[in-house]
Amino acid sequence: MSTEAEKKSSEAAKVPFVRIAKRTALPIWKSWGIRLLSVLLALIISALFIFSVTGLDPIAVYVVMWDGTFKSSYSFITTLRDTAMLLCISVALAPAFRMKFWNIGAEGQVLAGGLCTALVMIYLGNLLPQWLLLPLMFVSAVAGGALWAFIPAWFKARWNTNETLFTLMMNYVAINIVDCLTNIWRGAKSSMGNINASTQAGWFPLIFGYRFTLNIIIVAVLSVGMYMYLRFTKHGYEIAVIGESENTAKYIGINVRKVVVRTMLLSGAICGIAGFITVAGKNMTISSGTAEGFGFTAIIVAWLAKFNPGYMALISFLLIFLQKGATQIASSYAALNDYASSIVTGIILFCILGSEFFVNYSLIFRGKHQKGGEKA
Amino acid sequence: MKKIISIVLAAAMMFCLLTACGDSTSTGAVATGASSGAAASAASGNASKIKIGVILVGDETEGYTKAHMDGIDAARQSLGLSEDQVIYMKSIPESSECYDTAIKLIKEDGCSAIFSNSYGHQNYMVQAAQENPDVTFVSMTGDFAAISGCKNMKNAFTDVYQSRYVSGVVAGMKIKELADAGKLTDANKDENGNVKVGYVGAFNYAEVVSGYTAFYLGIKSVYPQVTMYVDYTQSWFDVDKEAAMAEKFIGDGCVIIGQHADSTGAPSACEAAFKAGTTVYSVGYNVDMLDVAPDVALTSASNNWSVYYTYAFKCLIDGTDIKTDWAEGYDTDAVKITKLGTACAEGTQEKVDETIKGLKDGSIKVFDTSTFTVSSDNIAATLKASGAKVTCDSGNKVTSCQIDLSYYDFSTGTPTLVYQGQTIEAIVDGAFSESTFRSAPYFSIRIDGINEAS
Repeated sequence: MSTEAEKKSSEAAKVPFVRIAKRTALPIWKSWGIRLLSVLLALIISALFIFSVTGLDPIAVYVVMWDGTFKSSYSFITTLRDTAMLLCISVALAPAFRMKFWNIGAEGQVLAGGLCTALVMIYLGNLLPQWLLLPLMFVSAVAGGALWAFIPAWFKARWNTNETLFTLMMNYVAINIVDCLTNIWRGAKSSMGNINASTQAGWFPLIFGYRFTLNIIIVAVLSVGMYMYLRFTKHGYEIAVIGESENTAKYIGINVRKVVVRTMLLSGAICGIAGFITVAGKNMTISSGTAEGFGFTAIIVAWLAKFNPGYMALISFLLIFLQKGATQIASSYAALNDYASSIVTGIILFCILGSEFFVNYSLIFRGKHQKGGEKA
Repeated sequence: MKKIISIVLAAAMMFCLLTACGDSTSTGAVATGASSGAAASAASGNASKIKIGVILVGDETEGYTKAHMDGIDAARQSLGLSEDQVIYMKSIPESSECYDTAIKLIKEDGCSAIFSNSYGHQNYMVQAAQENPDVTFVSMTGDFAAISGCKNMKNAFTDVYQSRYVSGVVAGMKIKELADAGKLTDANKDENGNVKVGYVGAFNYAEVVSGYTAFYLGIKSVYPQVTMYVDYTQSWFDVDKEAAMAEKFIGDGCVIIGQHADSTGAPSACEAAFKAGTTVYSVGYNVDMLDVAPDVALTSASNNWSVYYTYAFKCLIDGTDIKTDWAEGYDTDAVKITKLGTACAEGTQEKVDETIKGLKDGSIKVFDTSTFTVSSDNIAATLKASGAKVTCDSGNKVTSCQIDLSYYDFSTGTPTLVYQGQTIEAIVDGAFSESTFRSAPYFSIRIDGINEAS
């Protein structure tokens, strides 16, 4: 009798305290409930951080953070503009990641596109009429971005090189080329300033009073286009199959090499467009910081949204909202400098990313499991 | 279901906790708000309505921006403006974000004047200035306000070349002391016996050239046998690059490292080398470097920005126009050198006082043409780098320097005119007249004895 009891208790001890199991699909209200709770948790942790480190009123800080985006219509529209930029790069990355091609080179592809735009603006800006100049800038940006993506894609397709490292290194090449050229272009000044400042050649036209209105329109069209492309076309299907299993793709007769190169050309081309709209519609100049690190942030966006452009737009907006909030906080409080406000946004991002774990997996505790067993 | 309820409960409890602590602090916030409000109402009429926006390239952790913030705070307090009447926007890069920030400051905060503290902000400031003619824009260190045709655009700069000259005098005293004590080796001298000095510059344009030349001439006024090496980091603030460049200079035998870059990289590198037994001393910029380099920091050339900000804020309060180009130096104490370090040579303070007195009464002119020569190679180098046309007499002393103050776009290779300015003769009464024709420096002559990295 006693030995049986011992055996039973030792069996119980073998059951781990907590087990992780993949959830089957959660109802929408539950998954969004978890996400909402994670935001709430993030706000609480950040509040503790803010209060314990600086002694500031966390709620006042959050109000300032909110102001970063919603203080005025101008703040809001610039938030939309930056959201569009981040979304554009995320949309570009979606097909490559869907195919499980790790394109870490968006930063470089954006710069390549921006650089081509700038080259056309500088050297042809005063020779061509605006109606010809803008399309030419667009085409060259697409070509530049596509080329930057094509090189690692071709090497991958041909010799199966590691695309993660290759695309990553292409970033540094692009950054240094841009640095080198801007250093020449600035001449005897310490910074280059706007391209074609006197003629405004190659600048986007003002629509509703803003140059970047065109940015938002272009990205909206691209996002819808990408949704259709991935969802309803044969290409989109091929990408999905390769992403799930390359061998299956080969078996059913998909030319993997061709699809890899084709998809990366598309990915790079859209990154090039991101460079184009940034240079011609927002900055009117180029520097190695033109892509603002969005090439990397977009990776998070694309993954979190599971390549759905609608979710990508939401997540892009959230990230830009956090970024604007951080800037606003850093400027409003001496105690919360750039670094501290980045920590706050980091906490929020961490919690939101972490919540995806609880959306996809459930934790089963020891006691709970036995109860479940009894029921069965 | 139970689990969800328990989570919600836990969250609710934590939220209560949060609001509780939020409440206790928010009463504190209200109290301070009231006190600052009282200060504002104490200020007279127009003064209490003014809102000033300030766009800063860095934040208080960076010397150059810190100096501006200190100057602004001092000016604000002396004029009785309240804290919330000056809005700082920190870490704004020299990009379209500067334009965005300016527009936000006007639309959201109702600012009637915008100041920016970095050269590269100027292009975006003028863009915003053209669209907002009722708002005053001041681009500190900028160079094209007067010729931009934009009436509400202003520039300001101190005569910092004067304090660089004085900091050079401090360095010269140290070199003299080292030489007299026999502490200099052959490695510290070039083949002609000139003592080597290194200079960590940011960019190869007039502001930096003017600064290092003044520094060099300051040294030379005390110890004539010197030669200086200049290199550029291509950045205003880069701790690692500045340190690496200083290390290279130290390795080459330089005994003094000057700088026109904003970080503590170079002084820290000097301190480390000094601790390892190398003879090297540092002259900093903007802020006292004694914290990071207590054994080697001699002094730093610096500005007293409160002089300008007090003037400008007073203009805004009085409703008068701010000068389009403002530049003042020791005459109004708008420039200074920081506290002398313990490493300074004996008698430095006396020499410094004497030099400052000379600068104030005009008996010393920093760019006195009799104190330097320009070889034909350097005339060509000057023309190539900046377009300034220098002519010299048979003794290589400068007799004329023609400078075109127009603003060009250099991107296409051939300079394209953006704003037309005058071509001026900068040599006036035997000296180069710096910062008088416009506030931003335009001295760009490459003089003999300074070796600029190409």
